[in-house]
Amino acid sequence: MDESPHLLTERRRETPADDQSRDLHSEHQILNMGPSHPASHGTVKFVIELDGETIVDIDIQVGYLHRAFEKECESGTWYQAIPYTDRLNYNSAILANLGYCMAVEKLLGLETLERCQWLRVLAGELARIADHLTRCGAACLELAAMTPFLFGIESRELTWDLLEMLCGARVTSNFIRIGGVKHDMPPEFPNRCRGSIAKIRGLLRDFDDVVTENRIFVDRLRETGLISKEDCIRYGVTGPLLRACGVPLDLRKQEPYLVYEQIDFDVPIGTVGDNYDRYLVCVEEMHQSLRIVEQCLDHLEKMGPGPVNVDDPRVRWPAKGRVFNRMEELIQQFKSVTEGPRVPAGEGYFAIESANGELGFYLVSDGSAVPYKVRCRPPSLINLQPMPLMVRGALLADLIPTFDFINMIGGECDR
Amino acid sequence: MEDHGSEILRRALAALPDAIVDTHARLGEATLLVRSEQLIGVMRFLRDTAGLEFDMLSDLTCVDYLGETPRFEMVYHLYSLAHNHRVRVKSRVSEEDPRIDSCIPVWPAANWLEREVWDLYGIRFNGHPDLRRLLLYEEFEGHPLRKDYPKEKRQPLIGPRN
Repeated sequence: MDESPHLLTERRRETPADDQSRDLHSEHQILNMGPSHPASHGTVKFVIELDGETIVDIDIQVGYLHRAFEKECESGTWYQAIPYTDRLNYNSAILANLGYCMAVEKLLGLETLERCQWLRVLAGELARIADHLTRCGAACLELAAMTPFLFGIESRELTWDLLEMLCGARVTSNFIRIGGVKHDMPPEFPNRCRGSIAKIRGLLRDFDDVVTENRIFVDRLRETGLISKEDCIRYGVTGPLLRACGVPLDLRKQEPYLVYEQIDFDVPIGTVGDNYDRYLVCVEEMHQSLRIVEQCLDHLEKMGPGPVNVDDPRVRWPAKGRVFNRMEELIQQFKSVTEGPRVPAGEGYFAIESANGELGFYLVSDGSAVPYKVRCRPPSLINLQPMPLMVRGALLADLIPTFDFINMIGGECDR
Repeated sequence: MEDHGSEILRRALAALPDAIVDTHARLGEATLLVRSEQLIGVMRFLRDTAGLEFDMLSDLTCVDYLGETPRFEMVYHLYSLAHNHRVRVKSRVSEEDPRIDSCIPVWPAANWLEREVWDLYGIRFNGHPDLRRLLLYEEFEGHPLRKDYPKEKRQPLIGPRN
């Protein structure tokens, strides 16, 4: 007993010399994360091979929210697929509505009215803001910052309130119709919308104050989840992930649809393609979307009230007063409800810029009132695929912000 | 767009007359129907030729034309960042031997999308390194997006093996 040292400093000297060389990480361990994990918003399972805290390899298993979107669409009418598209992405349901309806319109050869196009852009941009707010807000939450998450959610509530006023529902809005929209905006909408935009700008400023230069946040995001521009292109990555690498691909500019050509907005791009760039790109896109919404409101007010649905017998729903009093309109109403339009045989692909990237619909019609094939090109799935490249060699903790900024939405990824 | 589309078709037809069965540009969408044996050659040509440079595989899917022979049709949508144009490549696959070469060597993006097509349509991809089901579970029997798979059919969910 007497020989044992009393002081800690002496004990240190007795440490065997070979202790340094003992390898503590000789075996890799396998960690299952998910399918339902509190630090990932999205139902997905990661099987991670770890060397200590470093990710050696990762297998991503998707499909937990598969609910046979395509099979269901192939058994209803062309109209009946619209509510299913709502459920693809709970953040920006309108953009999925829009992609599908515009693909059907392409097959039908329909040109929608100008007022309808401005309304569609307005609703779509509100949905894009809600989507980016969720992405940035939830990323903060999962990095243990509660306050910015609340700023994000409060602004998302404001956009969802606007969507409720416009469409009648907050999340599954089902607003876009083949050849038009459900209805025109209510007369008090523009004023309410301008008020909310001012509030959202204020909240984004608060968000910016606590997050953008916050040391902890910047350290967690900078240089994590890196991917090169070339890898993004080889993997078909689109949306804010690709733009964060410095590629200005935005279908609203590249293949302008609706009235985007008449609208003044910029496409922000990043420089290195890490999570911090993705965050900056998303925040700037929200500011651009607010600009677009304001231009839509100004233009719609200048145009004055007018029809929003195209007057084409294949997709037109007759006025209710006539349905109750006239035979022809009653028959047409009956046919519209039970059967809907018959789409000419053929195939068509139409893609829009959704909040996550290129959201495309490839439709095949055999000339009947039932779609033969409804394929959704899911940006979430395709953007998630190169995630192993982003996290291999990184720390386990870096997986969380990387997955957040990929913004995988289970409903759209698994369909 | 229509002119641009026909220009793509003209160049592809001139370079690969044996591989291309049919073309069309309906709705302004340039479409090539190619022999399945020569699919990879056509894809490499479309990716590497100056002036075409389809560097992105934007989508990959399959359509089941039940009752026709060959029964299946693979559909590839390509996009070129440099030239901002698109092309659709299609290739028929028979019911008896549903196989086609994997596009992973040309675009790694094809990996998960081909797994999805195997999962839902039962098409096998030659040279795919990891052809597991993507959306459904391994024990699932059949391929549900085939037109002869009844929509009402139910299968028991089998839990994970421990």
